[in-house]
Amino acid sequence: MSSNSPTRLAMKRLKRHKLAMVSLGLLLVLAAIALLADPITALLGVDPNGVNLANRTAPPSKAHWLGTDELGRDVLARLIYGGQVSMFVGLTAALVAATIGTVIGLCAGYFGGRLDALLMRTTDSVLALPALPVLIVLAALDLSKVGLPDSIAQSEYVSFFRIVAIVALLGWTTVARLVRGATLSLKERDFVYAAIGAGGSHLGIMFRHILPNLISSIIVAVTLSVGAVILLESTLSFLGLGIQPPMASWGAMLTNAQETIWEAPLLAVYPGLLILLTVISFNFLGDGLQDALDPRATT
Amino acid sequence: MTGYVSRRLGQSLLVLAIMSFVIYSLIGLMPGDPIDMMISADPYMTAEDAAYLRTLYGLDLPVYERYWNWLMAAFGGDFGYSRLYNQPVELILLPALGNSVKLLVTALTISVCVAVPLGVIAAYRQRSILDYSVNLFAFAGISIPQFWLGLMLMMAFAVILGWLPAGGIATDGAPLGEQLRYLILPAATLTMTSIGSHARYVRSAMIEVLRQDYIRTARAKGASVSRVIWRHGLRNALIPFVTILALDFGFLFSGALIVETIYAWPGMGRLIFDAIMGNDYNLALLSLMLATALVLTGNLLADLTYAWLDPRIKLGETP
Repeated sequence: MSSNSPTRLAMKRLKRHKLAMVSLGLLLVLAAIALLADPITALLGVDPNGVNLANRTAPPSKAHWLGTDELGRDVLARLIYGGQVSMFVGLTAALVAATIGTVIGLCAGYFGGRLDALLMRTTDSVLALPALPVLIVLAALDLSKVGLPDSIAQSEYVSFFRIVAIVALLGWTTVARLVRGATLSLKERDFVYAAIGAGGSHLGIMFRHILPNLISSIIVAVTLSVGAVILLESTLSFLGLGIQPPMASWGAMLTNAQETIWEAPLLAVYPGLLILLTVISFNFLGDGLQDALDPRATT
Repeated sequence: MTGYVSRRLGQSLLVLAIMSFVIYSLIGLMPGDPIDMMISADPYMTAEDAAYLRTLYGLDLPVYERYWNWLMAAFGGDFGYSRLYNQPVELILLPALGNSVKLLVTALTISVCVAVPLGVIAAYRQRSILDYSVNLFAFAGISIPQFWLGLMLMMAFAVILGWLPAGGIATDGAPLGEQLRYLILPAATLTMTSIGSHARYVRSAMIEVLRQDYIRTARAKGASVSRVIWRHGLRNALIPFVTILALDFGFLFSGALIVETIYAWPGMGRLIFDAIMGNDYNLALLSLMLATALVLTGNLLADLTYAWLDPRIKLGETP
């Protein structure tokens, strides 16, 4: 790799973006804690689901560093496991949405004509939906009516996959528009004509020649949307429609904290602060990446 | 222009028609149906009775036939009864819509009045402290969970300080000051999350405009800096800003749902939430369609004002 390869230059520019670097560091720490949730809570000797009604809304102590919640569960342990859920939902849903959006955008831009018109009008229609109300309807759907077998519809993790699915179902539009626009201009470039002349198939040209030129903009879009997804997940969980108890999530912790706001106001502070920190870090990182990956930047 | 308006209007109506069918089908997939509700209320009803009632009310028909029946009744002015409120749904929707408009217009007005000057100054003084603060505030605004900000404001001003009511709305005919007291916290929550990004939109539109040749010409002809910025610059920067505001309507509406739910503000957003949670099919259906229609209208207005404000845009002509 020569000293001035595009990746090197982008890394150099990203390193100069202080907020983005701090955010990246913070996200790595949060991710490490989320990944090591089991050993960490074992080390602290706390259990996120250990109910103790005799010790409700207790103040911070040696045994429970951040106190206990309205059922006497350890707040720190629940925050750690809630972070695991938020991070995982955010990353998975953003990636699924980006994949859907990339395929739709590539097809619309590359084939053009009727297919383009159909796909773009669909995108407009999805954008015209009032997002949150529709998400609430989707979260309240009866899964057995959709035709899912009971064994899946009743399982413990269904709330988890349901939220990934519905966020991805509504969230692909930004990437689709972005990819379509870029594809429209890329498909007129000489290297694409050369690939066609050499007898390349449509699929090969779309994914091997056009897609690699779009990766950096897609990365930026995904990073920015992870934050938005985490916000949506916590909002739906707060409204009681996202992650279901006993699984911990930052949004659902706030629902309970609202009820004990008089006895234990601090319980309402921690989860919200963590959501804010995580989401703003993803947004700063996305902003930094956007500047760093901008091909027009020279230094 | 007339051709463009009618074509965009036609498109929006088509999208609304498709979306109304999608929403109708989605509501049909929610748990239970009206007959299940009746059964749970009446222990003497047998399974045969339930099946008979389903046929009687047409609930056994395929979804497109049920949608068609609903649509025909709706065109006749019959939107059905609300299960939660025991009233025709339109009678419940209208006051809620009024309350939401009150909240949204207040929040939007304050946000725009603060954001426009901030954005202009940030664009003029790039890399100043004010510029960085606007940027930071914008990032905080899109990153903070609105329900949590609402909760924190409620905790500070209603629980700890006790200055403002924690939620609800003033009774009808209360003096204006009393009504405003209930409006402050919900409106503040909405405003605080939007000011930053609004200012950022104004800033980037302004930077774009200040680069133009006519700005340099105006300065060269002796117009003062402030006149060039506020008269020549701002007027042109407002065009993209107005468009973004109208496109942002869906986001604002989603915010209203959260804020209304937390502060028990009896508006459209809370109504939609309560209707979905309470299996009030007719109410959920109509309020969701109204919300979709509002967002579509916002998008349509964005396109039309854009065309109207900027005479250089020639619409309906393919290049």
